[in-house]
Formats: sequence, structure tokens, C-alpha cells
Amino acid sequence: MNETITPITVGELPALAQKMWDEGMRLVTLTAVDLCDGNLDLLYHFDKDLTMSHYRLTVPKTETVPSISGVYFAALLVENEIKDQFGTDFSGLALDFGGHLYLADEVKSQPFCKLSITKKS
Amino acid sequence: MFMTKNVIKNLLCKSATRMYPAVTREPFAGFRGMLENAIDVCIFCKKCQLSCPSQCIKVDLKARTWECDPFACVYCGVCVDVCPVASLSMRATYRPVTAEREMIFMQGPPKAVKAKAGEKKEEKKEEE
Amino acid sequence: MARTILPFGPQHPVLPEPIHLTLEIEDEIVKSAVPALGYVHRGLEKLCEIRDFHQMIQIVERVCGICSKIHAMCYCQGLEELMGVEVPRRAKYLRVAWSELHRIHSHLLWIGLFADAFGFESLFMQCWRIRERIMDINEATTGNRVVVSVNVVGGVRRDLSKEHQTWIGEQLKLVEKEVLALKSTIVSDYTVKRRTQGVGVLTKDQAHQLGAVGPVLRASGWAQDARMLGYAAFDELEFAPVVEYDGDCYARLVVRFREVLQSVDLVRQALSRLPEGDINVPVKGKPKGEVITRVEQPRGELLYYIKGNDTKFLDRLRIRTPTFANIPPLLAMLPGVELADVPVVVLSIDPCISCTER
Repeated sequence: MNETITPITVGELPALAQKMWDEGMRLVTLTAVDLCDGNLDLLYHFDKDLTMSHYRLTVPKTETVPSISGVYFAALLVENEIKDQFGTDFSGLALDFGGHLYLADEVKSQPFCKLSITKKS
Repeated sequence: MFMTKNVIKNLLCKSATRMYPAVTREPFAGFRGMLENAIDVCIFCKKCQLSCPSQCIKVDLKARTWECDPFACVYCGVCVDVCPVASLSMRATYRPVTAEREMIFMQGPPKAVKAKAGEKKEEKKEEE
Repeated sequence: MARTILPFGPQHPVLPEPIHLTLEIEDEIVKSAVPALGYVHRGLEKLCEIRDFHQMIQIVERVCGICSKIHAMCYCQGLEELMGVEVPRRAKYLRVAWSELHRIHSHLLWIGLFADAFGFESLFMQCWRIRERIMDINEATTGNRVVVSVNVVGGVRRDLSKEHQTWIGEQLKLVEKEVLALKSTIVSDYTVKRRTQGVGVLTKDQAHQLGAVGPVLRASGWAQDARMLGYAAFDELEFAPVVEYDGDCYARLVVRFREVLQSVDLVRQALSRLPEGDINVPVKGKPKGEVITRVEQPRGELLYYIKGNDTKFLDRLRIRTPTFANIPPLLAMLPGVELADVPVVVLSIDPCISCTER
């Protein structure tokens, strides 16, 4: 792959979103990958004039990730989908479907994880 | 007033669509309509079963049978491409209409190798 | 006047695929819209765990029926980049030809549906009749009308003979003639303009901030087209993105209409410059590593993230389709629109919900 993915931490995420917004970058999408050791890889893809830049955030599956939908409104749809499929909680979502964007109300497990985690709420 | 020319043209011209089923169109060559297997040529190697995206082909090497579910098949033609002896082919017409759901089940001829091995043994005995 | 909550969809005469919007209406003007998806979610991304990466080509094609070949092309491109396979030039030109034929038929289908949304049924029928010529080209050259299945990892499966190429050239001349005969109705008709001008406006800043892609972005003044990346022989063809500046439904209609004529020209260029050579190379080995590829679908920019771990099953396949990116701009376009114009606005982003929900 000819594009590099820059690793970031959870604390740097809100500042990164604001920096990308100020530079005029467009949010393309988020990708979630299940690394089978209990961690989740969240990739953020940004684009400006057809040049892309990517950022990788590796978090344990139980951690809550701050949402960037306050800065990028378009992110709320992707973050809701990741919540449905992988069970990650995003704090501060502009429009929260509560894990039922795709899934019916009675579904309790996360369909995409190879090893699901159970949340104690 | 503006429509008169159109109205007369529509009344006198022939129709814009084909008068199906009295007139049918010849199928284009290469159209993927029906899957067929020339069972005498088939060597039961299972390559078609392994490459099928919808898992609709079942091959049994011991019993020399080839079975295909025509309702699960998506008519992609990948099995035709990977077949090493070119026994699979696609016909360019659709399957005929049936009243019940049937699988395509084909039984191959028994192996011809045993007869040849028997002949070779006889030849060797004669030489000795 | 109290606000009314009106459900739009999932079954609606203008919607080609089910999407639900909860509209809050006051005096027949929409105040806000909340989407609800999930009616055609098939879980196709998860199938990559039980089907090997060659079989996934057929599955990826069936994410969307209208733009199916372009999904398969993006997937094969990603795998070829990951496995270091060099596709022959003839295969690249053939992929361009079939992609642009798909773009023509998708836009003609959309213009027909859009005309049907404001009641212009005879224009709908004329556009679909022209589209039948492209379907015949698909059937004769690839073997199937809609889901054409010509891509493999390493090239294409079928070739275009000289007779096919001349026949395609003649059919394209007829398509161009018939489309230009409809031009005055589509672009200059008084009724069409009254229903679409000034409706569902997306300003230039909004389009960029909300992440719009494809004709929705280009109708708001941004000259961005993922074909400029130069994948699959697009770097050797001459074209420029089609841009309009008003950002309303009429601008989107004009962008797509001009793209039909641009695609006819691109197919002609690709066929006239078709180089000799093989149509595919044999591929051995298994994919390992990560790759991100993008192509331009008729609806916008399509992104694939493929992760392989050196087995025949992929680790992760992520598809971001253009309609998924165009739904937040739709939610921003709807406030202020009259209730009778809601179907026109929803259709103007070219919603392909089966792509959105895979």
C-alpha cells in the first residue's frame, strides 16, 4: 500500500478531528477491524483533493471512544453502524440510535466480533 | 393541432415492441442460461465444487455423481472456466418452466481404468 | 400549528429501495428528518470469513445490482495491488469500457425514475427504452444483462472481438442520437424546471462539510471525480469532471445528463485505443496486508478496505458506498422543503439503499 497509516491515541482524537476540519479535509469514513486479542482497530480516513490520509486508533473493546460527530456531522452514521456491529460505545453522538440502527430490538450480541464481549451496564 | 403529426405517425407505423410470444429474439451467443455437464468427460475432480460462490454443486468421487441445485446457482460461469477437461458448459437458452423443484443429478459411467490394468497384467503374463 | 410526524417509506412509489425517514412537518413544510435504515441489510461483509477471496468477487458484485461491475472492479483492483499483480493493458481498457457502459445505463435509469417522481411517465418510458440498447450490449458481450461477472483477479474473463466493437460503436451512435433528442425535454422543459429548480439546495460549503460525493458534490460546484485518480486506464483517456454550480435538484439532473454524453465519448475513446495483448494473468498466492482503493461509481466515490492475513479467507472487507456518504447531506437538504417535493429531493441523491446497507 502506498499510503501510510499514522497511529494515534484516544486522547489525541478530538484535537485531530478539529485539526482536520480546520485544514479543510473531508471525512471519508471510519473502518473498524476486530484484532482477535480483545482489541479493536479504528481507522479514520480523510481526504483533500483526492489525496488521502489515514489514522489508526487501537482500543480495547470495552473502552468508550469520543465521537467526532460534533465536528464532522457525517460521522454519526458510521459510528452508529460500528456500535451496532462491534459494540463500541461512542460518547457525545449527535444522533444516537442506541445500537439499533440495523439490528432489531431483541438482538443482544454483536454480529461482527469474532469474540464478543458482554457489557455490564 | 401540434399532436396531429404524432397521432398519424403512431397509427400508421408498426409497433415499437416485439410481438412476443409470436416473435421471439434469438439469444445472444455466450449468454449464460443453463449449466450442463457432459458426464462422460467429467473426471470428478471437485474443482467446480470448490470454486462455486453459492456452493450449489456436489461432487462424489467414489459414487461418480455430479449434482447441481439450479435454484441456488447464480449462473456466473466460474465453474466452466476452472473445469480442467471442459466438460461443463453454459447453454444460451433459459431453463424450461417446471412445476416442481428438481436438482440436476447426473450419474457418471463406471471407471474404465480397471479393465486396462487387467489387460496389462494379462500382457505381462503372456510375456513371461 | 402543531407539528405532525409523518413516516416516509420504507415502501413508497418513488423509492427503488426501502429507506425510512421520519419527517417532522409544520404547515406542509418539513422541519427535520431522521433516517432509519436496516431493511435490506444482508451482512455481506461478514461473508468474507467463509468464502475465499476468489468466490468473494461474485458476492461483492451482488452488493448493488445497478453498479455491480464497478464493485467487482474495485475489489479486484485492491487485491491486485495487495498481491503485486500487474494487469495487462488490454484488460484495463476493457474494464473502462464496461464501467462506462454501466455508468450510462445507471444514469439513464435514474433520469427515468426521477421523471417518474414528479409524474412524467412518458419520459420515464423513453429513457428506459434507450437503456435497453445498453442492456443488449451487456448481454451480447459479457453473458448477462445486469450482473455481468467479467472481472477476475488479474484481468477480465471475456474479450471484445472486432465485430463486437463495431456493433457497440453503432449502438452508441443510436444511443447518443436518442439521448440528444430527449435533451430539450430533460434540460429545458418548463414543467421540469418548475419542479426541480430551487428545490433541495445544498450550498458549496455544506456539500464539503457533510462529506457529499459524486454528482451531488459536483452539482454544488466542486470539481472532484475519483476517476481523476487514474486507475484502470483512466489516466490515458481525456475527460474533465462535469460541474454545475446551483446545488439544487435541477443542477443534479443536468450533471447526470451531461455525464451520460461524457461516458459515451469515453467508451468510444477506450475502444478506439484498445491495445493488443492478453486479457488476464494467472494469479497465485494469498493476500497479506492492508490496502485501500477507490473508484468512481455512478453515484459517487466508492472505497474498499481489504485486509488479508495470508490465508484464503480475508480478515476484513470494508465497503463504504457513496449513498452512505450522501445521507447526511440529504438530512441537511430536507428542512424547508414542501411535502410534495420530498420524493423529488430524496431521489435526487440517487439512493441505492442496498449499497448503503450491504
